[in-house]
Amino acid sequence: MDDMKNNWKIIPPFHPEFDLERCDYKNGCKICVTECSFGEISLKPEKGKDGEIQYRPWSNMSACNACQRCVKMCPQNAIHIAFKPMHTSHGYWTSDYVGNLWRQTGKSGGVLLVGTGATGPQKRYFDYMMFDACQVTNPSIDPLREPMEIRRYLGSKPERYGEKIGPQLKLEVPIMFAAMSFGAVNIRVHEAEARASQIVGTYWNTGEGGFHKNLRQYGGNTIVQVASGRFGVSEDYLKSAAAVEIKIGQGAKPGIGGHLPGEKVSKPISETRMIPEGTDALSPAPHHDIYSIEDLRQLIFAIKEATEYKIPVAVKIAAVHNVAPIASGIARAGADIIVIDGFRGGTGATPFQIRQNTGIPIELALSAADRRLSEEGIRNRVSLVASGGIQCSSDVLKLICLGADAVYIGTPVLIALGCGVCQRCFTGKCPYGITTNRPGLAERIDVESATTALVRLLMSWSEEIKELMGSMGISAIEALRGNRDRLRGVGLNEEELKILGIKHAGT
Amino acid sequence: MCGIVGIINTDRKLIDGNYIREAIRIQRERGNGLGGGFAVYGAYPENKDKYAFHIMYEGSQNNPYISMVEDYIRSRMVIYHSEQIPVYPNDRIPRGPYFKRYFLKPLAEFLAPEQTEEDYIVEVVMAINKMEGAFVVSSGKNMGVFKGMGYPEDIADYFRIEDYRGYMWIAHNRFPTNTPGWWGGAHPFTILDKAVVHNGEITSYGTNKRWLEMYGYYCMLQTDTEVISYIYDKLTRGDKLPPKDACYVMAPSLWEDIDRTGDEKKKNLRQIYGPAIVNGPFGIVLSHSNGAIVLNDRNKLRPVVCAKAGNTFYASSEECSIRLLSPDVDNLWSPRGGEPVIIDFSVEDTQELRGRKAQWSLW
Repeated sequence: MDDMKNNWKIIPPFHPEFDLERCDYKNGCKICVTECSFGEISLKPEKGKDGEIQYRPWSNMSACNACQRCVKMCPQNAIHIAFKPMHTSHGYWTSDYVGNLWRQTGKSGGVLLVGTGATGPQKRYFDYMMFDACQVTNPSIDPLREPMEIRRYLGSKPERYGEKIGPQLKLEVPIMFAAMSFGAVNIRVHEAEARASQIVGTYWNTGEGGFHKNLRQYGGNTIVQVASGRFGVSEDYLKSAAAVEIKIGQGAKPGIGGHLPGEKVSKPISETRMIPEGTDALSPAPHHDIYSIEDLRQLIFAIKEATEYKIPVAVKIAAVHNVAPIASGIARAGADIIVIDGFRGGTGATPFQIRQNTGIPIELALSAADRRLSEEGIRNRVSLVASGGIQCSSDVLKLICLGADAVYIGTPVLIALGCGVCQRCFTGKCPYGITTNRPGLAERIDVESATTALVRLLMSWSEEIKELMGSMGISAIEALRGNRDRLRGVGLNEEELKILGIKHAGT
Repeated sequence: MCGIVGIINTDRKLIDGNYIREAIRIQRERGNGLGGGFAVYGAYPENKDKYAFHIMYEGSQNNPYISMVEDYIRSRMVIYHSEQIPVYPNDRIPRGPYFKRYFLKPLAEFLAPEQTEEDYIVEVVMAINKMEGAFVVSSGKNMGVFKGMGYPEDIADYFRIEDYRGYMWIAHNRFPTNTPGWWGGAHPFTILDKAVVHNGEITSYGTNKRWLEMYGYYCMLQTDTEVISYIYDKLTRGDKLPPKDACYVMAPSLWEDIDRTGDEKKKNLRQIYGPAIVNGPFGIVLSHSNGAIVLNDRNKLRPVVCAKAGNTFYASSEECSIRLLSPDVDNLWSPRGGEPVIIDFSVEDTQELRGRKAQWSLW
């Protein structure tokens, strides 16, 4: 049996390479070794010219995930990450499939886990939609000279003035921070999100892991989540926030629950989640009290009762095939906001097969839901928030043109904090200190700097959105919501155009 | 680029179509001969209690769709009178589609419970517009629209609008940019007694259209202008907003100003009617039986000049049109972007203003 051990050896596609002429190892520098939390880099003793033992950095060729932490931290710029993927001679059995099988069969077996969103080759519809711009007949608007308004109000609106208007969330930018739970991410990330939201005038989402007591002062800019595990849910919790979001599913793992291993459940996490220290935090796949839409309605109204109808209640679902009728049902069940999360949405941990193969793109899901709600004449009743796979400000605006009132961004938030999308969030070894609560790693997030980075993220995207709006001759973003006339498809087939509700370029 | 003119006599004194013809003719530079049109109020005093439908049929009077449309109308309304709208082809406009005028009333028993007569008419208009080969050019009481392909003065001659007399006239000279020039695409656009002439391009069209479709308004005429008449109709007739608020919805103030003044009503109007905001450059005159509204986009990207001479109110893209008709007006000004000028005849009926001219509100 032992003879076979190497049959399952994973051939690492990445490894750091050291330029020893630049490297300062002779003076005892070992920053890369301490920075690498995956244990890829070690020190190798080496005899110097004068016979003295020196320690040079050495790649173990076993654990590199190309997170780029060592590259960024090396004071001498002496490291780069080499990408040398395994090649198979077989065109069908590519290294991905072969490597995954070895991974499953060589060790304990089981489900392959992975972090962040889907990486598959499915079409990124954003790239096939182009904005319109003003030429001659219609003056474009210069955002530096003219007011350009991107404020949004989320919540249920009546059909006409005079009827009661529901509680609203005021967003100064049409972008919010998506749900990422305490436990999945570091408390410092939460604090930075909360502070940045307060500074800019938007909202962040606690995720399902409770709302830490030290952050409750930011409640006015916080959306708290009620998920199937009900972690940290209490009357106080609900009332501490600006809105409550019921999480039915998320794009990275539709139909799947969550699992925070017991070793990650430290004292602050156990307090915030309201579970014993060291126990596994299991979120079941469905809510055990929601087996259909009428049960959801009860939960929505239970929360509304608890919060005295003062704050909006959102329902978050993953973008799945039947998203349009589901959205209509949620609207009729009394939700004020519907969040739709596309299959590209990120996560801390998800089964690889689910991430890659379940759900549908947000562009199509959103458009279908927006159309359905409009056709049923109930579009006013709910706000639509889109998320999952947004990579830049133009993606935000394209989703708004397809019917979103606002968007959630998750992965861009982490990238703004340094993340190199290495997909190893579930290991708790995040070298940037983002998805870990380990002492020594967690401190790598400095709340001040992280807050500044997130404010910059929102402001720079806002500026870009204003530029795009100005070029289209739009001065208020509400004139763009669902405004498919401002988009044209390039290289999309008829079916895709129909679902997106846009015309092909040239028509 | 287009030209618009409105002449409104608040004493409801009737004037013939020659005045408006001259006023829009002098703005010839603003059009390119691909569309012109007029709306007249007070044209059918003997039938003022009936809905006057002007319907345009593509092709000639042998168009087979005519009988289909008329069968449909007969199934929904009582036709009191119908006739061909007289036209006078000339060397500039040698031919055009076939126009018919109907005076109609729905029977009370046709209406669904809770449905007003006007809702019913809107339903009928939308249904006809969806039918092939026919377009309802106007559908209000005691008013009518004459429009087509050509310079407006030629359209005026084609229909001999000098034969009609009205207390309010609006006119349009078209320079089409985003939709092809065709007879149905000329302005004014109407729904019931509301007519709009519009200079501009509406960048919010897609949003507005989707919102209107939720309430049964279908934009069939391939142009952005009709959304303005529909939005106004939905807001004032459907949601019972006063004209001032309806204008505010289409061209609201900045959030910054709303925050500063703490005006809850404005905030709510903007929150609720976000999808009804009209973006892009526009200058419009929107007329209805009881008055008119002049409105510019918030950034004032299109010219509109207003003036008052005695009991006549003018609005125009160019001052020259006003000076031509009334060389010494009392008062001439250029309204600010987003600030509507509202002329409301209905206040005439109130005791203190009886016999006086309408209220001028600069708001």
